[in-house]
Amino acid sequence: MFAYLVRRLFLMLVTLFGISIVIFFLLRIVPGNIVDILFAAAGYVDPADKANLEKELGIDRPLIVQYWHWISGFLRGDFGYSYVSEKPALQEILPRIPITARLAGLALLFSASIGIPLGVISAVKQGTRLDYALRVVSLSGLSLPSFWLGLLILTAAVAMFGQIPIFNPNPATWLEAFATYAVPAAAVGFRSAALTMRITRSSMLEVLRQDYIRTARAKGASDAAVNYHHALKNAILPVITVIGIEAAFLIGGLIVTETVFNIPGVARFLVEAIRWRDYPIVQNLVMFIAVVVVSANFIVDMLYAVFDPRIRYTD
Amino acid sequence: MRSVRAFAATAALSLLAFSTIALAGQPKQGGILRMYHRDSPGNASIHEGATYSLNVPFMPVFNNLVIYKQDEAQNRMDNIIPELAESWAWVNDNKTLSFKLRQGVKWHDGKPFTSADVKCTFDMLMGKSQQKFRQNPRKTWYEQVNDISTNGDFEVSFNLKRPQPSLLALLASGYTPVYPCHVSPGDMRTHPIGTGPFKFVEFKANESIKLVRNPDYWREGRPYLDGIEFTIIPNRSTAILAFVAGKFDMAFPTHITIPLLKDLKSQAPGAVCVVEPTNVSTNIIVNSTAPPFDNIDIRRAMAMALDRKAFVSILFEGQADVGGTMLPPPQGLWGMPKNMLESIAGYGPDVNANREEAKKLIQKAGYGPDKHLAVKISTRNLAEYRDPAVILIDQLKSIYIDGELDVVETANWFPKIARKDYMLGLNLTGNAVDDPDQSFYENYSCGSERNYTNYCNKEIEKLFDVQSQETDITKRKKLVWDIDKKLQEDVARPIIFHARTGSCWQPYVKGVTVMSNSSYNGYRYEDVWMDK
Repeated sequence: MFAYLVRRLFLMLVTLFGISIVIFFLLRIVPGNIVDILFAAAGYVDPADKANLEKELGIDRPLIVQYWHWISGFLRGDFGYSYVSEKPALQEILPRIPITARLAGLALLFSASIGIPLGVISAVKQGTRLDYALRVVSLSGLSLPSFWLGLLILTAAVAMFGQIPIFNPNPATWLEAFATYAVPAAAVGFRSAALTMRITRSSMLEVLRQDYIRTARAKGASDAAVNYHHALKNAILPVITVIGIEAAFLIGGLIVTETVFNIPGVARFLVEAIRWRDYPIVQNLVMFIAVVVVSANFIVDMLYAVFDPRIRYTD
Repeated sequence: MRSVRAFAATAALSLLAFSTIALAGQPKQGGILRMYHRDSPGNASIHEGATYSLNVPFMPVFNNLVIYKQDEAQNRMDNIIPELAESWAWVNDNKTLSFKLRQGVKWHDGKPFTSADVKCTFDMLMGKSQQKFRQNPRKTWYEQVNDISTNGDFEVSFNLKRPQPSLLALLASGYTPVYPCHVSPGDMRTHPIGTGPFKFVEFKANESIKLVRNPDYWREGRPYLDGIEFTIIPNRSTAILAFVAGKFDMAFPTHITIPLLKDLKSQAPGAVCVVEPTNVSTNIIVNSTAPPFDNIDIRRAMAMALDRKAFVSILFEGQADVGGTMLPPPQGLWGMPKNMLESIAGYGPDVNANREEAKKLIQKAGYGPDKHLAVKISTRNLAEYRDPAVILIDQLKSIYIDGELDVVETANWFPKIARKDYMLGLNLTGNAVDDPDQSFYENYSCGSERNYTNYCNKEIEKLFDVQSQETDITKRKKLVWDIDKKLQEDVARPIIFHARTGSCWQPYVKGVTVMSNSSYNGYRYEDVWMDK
């Protein structure tokens, strides 16, 4: 198990190093930089002012020097300053992380707590009206873009209740605070829940046809015991994989959801930073997301090992 | 007896009704005005930006020397009032503009305001001080200013190279606040200090901007509001829905397009909305340094093929204006009269006749039904740019020009234009002040940084100077009309239309005036109050 852990950790570090190079150079390949944008916003270009500003921000230096400056700073915990707000990058990024983390956590919780039970029910009740109804729900979850669903929720809330569930930075009660996150989490988690449900269903159907399930039933085990203890435990591995991947993909959905619900999280902030070519923010933020995703995958790998002891020895 | 009682009751009721009306009209102190903001401004320094996304939240922090009256919609010379100045006078054959300054005014950090602050601000704007702005987009405004001299702490003079009556108009713009000498330009970008009715509290990028009432404001009894809070909501649908749901007292000024205004009014019938010109023109920039548009016939043909009314009816349901460079009357002060405008080729009411003429010109240049001219029409990747560009492509088909839309990200737009890497571009030009000096020198003067097409006509340039020095408004107007007409005939930057947009607020918000010939100058908000 220790060797397995070390191998995975090493792989994780190599991946992060590769990502840092990709982030840095991809960002430079995109045409235009912060200075171009600032002058575009000001509606004029003065070559001398432009050169001064490029020098001030250090983006006139060779790329390799810029990379070293960034990555060495990153490793030392010096994340530089935002080009736009001129505040420390960490000061800009940190307060937004808990907001997105709460939203993503709730969305994943929504996805797992709705998707897994419904997937099991759908599999157990295969071919019934309930199964068909649940499959329609899951298909709609996969088909509806989250921004559209989000706008629909907002429009319906305004039309029906005269209220709009957009982000409230100062909620008066815990219920209000919960609602601030729950509605957008449901909007973004609906797609994940649908996917989780489909994977759970197909995985369960496969397991439910296994001989050992028949044996368990022959031994007189209850339906609940067979479905949840024997079948689900063995069907859950692909579901965990999907939830792990979804955690990574969630950031894409969150960009849209944070925009529609006006949530000041990291996802929307990242898009704005890319728009402004705010390199210190984009690089550090994407690196942070990479760390989270790689760590999530690492945890999933560890969970594999916990759930399936064979992995520890064969991998 | 009964009649006496009835009379007394009627009188009492009338008195009550009258006093209620009087009370309702009386400004009330207090309340936080909640407004959504359409985007996150890059920084908080008005002098370093060129978007009203900056003016709306930060104009209330500052004062100018003079300002356009905030309760009158039209910006005119005769409604400029003193602000940090107490009075002004033109002396020395109109070559010196002197101001007597208000005494006892304090910056928000408690330091006293003096003439040194005025000198510092304008020296920096003219690029004459050691401290520099990172960006200085309106440096050209002060090209005729030789220097700024002070006489004691409360007198300052602008010494000009030649008379320029419009300087006063430029000083009255929302773009011309006085900055404190003791705060660096860098600090002004992140934490602005002003003398205005509201103090800066915080600016969280992409989140919010907060201002609080300045209790030491020099104008007694102002501002009425305790503060202003801007929530940044870039998604227009979310922002408008939030306004409809009553989460905001005011929508971002001029943010409601004409088609959206209908929806908004149907969902929030109580909302007060006004539609005014923004003094932003949608125009075509032409690369006349390279084929095919180095040929004046092709440029003229293109300009003559425009059906401006179609743009206006498609994009604004008829509520926009057709004009030349200057905003058309009645809101615009300097726009050509209708008959003069219609005498310009391509502006006549018979679009088909114009296009027949255009076809002759394009055929003369060697193109026709069998040989179409293929062009790329570049524009920024924003709806207000893209939508008219698509209509333009459609209209140019009528004269054998096949346009292809080339959508350019904002970051690459100006570098592309500067490289002359375009054939035709669809562009928007905002005018901060409804004055020919601002528009002509900025956009058409040889060598101006905002003259994207490098249009340069020395003859017209001389006329710019003539009109600029003219103190008689009637005479100046005629000169301006002639120049504007020549610019259109030269196809310098064909103007398609001048946009109009809506501004809305809740019925209890009082004292709001939306400017009708500029969208940059009316956001001091010291007269705004809430009746709730």
